[in-house]
Amino acid sequence: MQYQATVTIKQKAGMLDPEGTTAKKALGHLGYAVESIKTAKLYEIVLEAKSAEVAEQKVDEMCQKLIANPIVQNYTIELKELN
Amino acid sequence: MKIAIIQFGGTNCDMDVQHVLTDVVGVDAETVWYKEENLTGFDGVVVPGGFSYGDYLRAGAIAARTPIMDSIKKIAAEGKPVLGICNGFQVLTEARVLEGALTTNEYPKFRCHWTNIRVETTDTPFTSKFRKGEVIRMPIAHMEGKFFAEEPTLAELDENEQVVFRYVDEKGRATDKANPNGSLENIAGIVNTSRNILGLMPHPERASESILGSADGRKVFESMADYITENF
Repeated sequence: MQYQATVTIKQKAGMLDPEGTTAKKALGHLGYAVESIKTAKLYEIVLEAKSAEVAEQKVDEMCQKLIANPIVQNYTIELKELN
Repeated sequence: MKIAIIQFGGTNCDMDVQHVLTDVVGVDAETVWYKEENLTGFDGVVVPGGFSYGDYLRAGAIAARTPIMDSIKKIAAEGKPVLGICNGFQVLTEARVLEGALTTNEYPKFRCHWTNIRVETTDTPFTSKFRKGEVIRMPIAHMEGKFFAEEPTLAELDENEQVVFRYVDEKGRATDKANPNGSLENIAGIVNTSRNILGLMPHPERASESILGSADGRKVFESMADYITENF
């Protein structure tokens, strides 16, 4: 089966998010009152796997090994079956 | 004695390090392309600065997962010295051979200027030629140089005297103003528990000849060379 995993990587609470802070300020200049903005990085990964469980496990491994740095980042995985 | 200078795609301080090692310190040094998986015959390693793989994902993340890292770990396990400068420091933390992580500067822009650094310990293969507490000058050039680690790790680094360099003012005080990137506890460089792997954000190779404004960095390479001569 083919699956698409959407991995979202966010800086952990307390880590700097300059894009978010700048966007919040700029929105303020446009007259929008925004409490906070956090930006995130998104990876869409398409892969073949025997089952959704296996696919998720593989993507989790990819996150642990390369895509995220657990010291400063959190990540979430959303999986959907393709075709 | 022969020291390996590792080149990844995007490394750009390799030739500066080679110049300092061969022409200034006077030891044998050779650049090694990252696809070389065998570092037999080398007595030490320098992972120089640059922007390996464009710093995509995170600075140093991709270089840290290349096969040459296994050879570097092997050399380190033999007790031989491994020095990571700037991007090299980022690579070594991403490879988990050094604690913590290097994240975006507190004032989030690329900073390139001289800094004052205090030598916190001389008990490493890289700092034996300094005096403890000595304030030296080296330049930084980075966007992601803020050292971060969780509290228990920070406490361990302090307890084991693994913090080798801190950013300070001219009088040697570790103030916020002297901290160019918001590094926790003004940390500019750390070693592993075995003390033979050093990562630092400032560039000693850009401060190894007085014509450049400082020759303080030379002692890092001279200490490393002495250590190799005495032990291997």
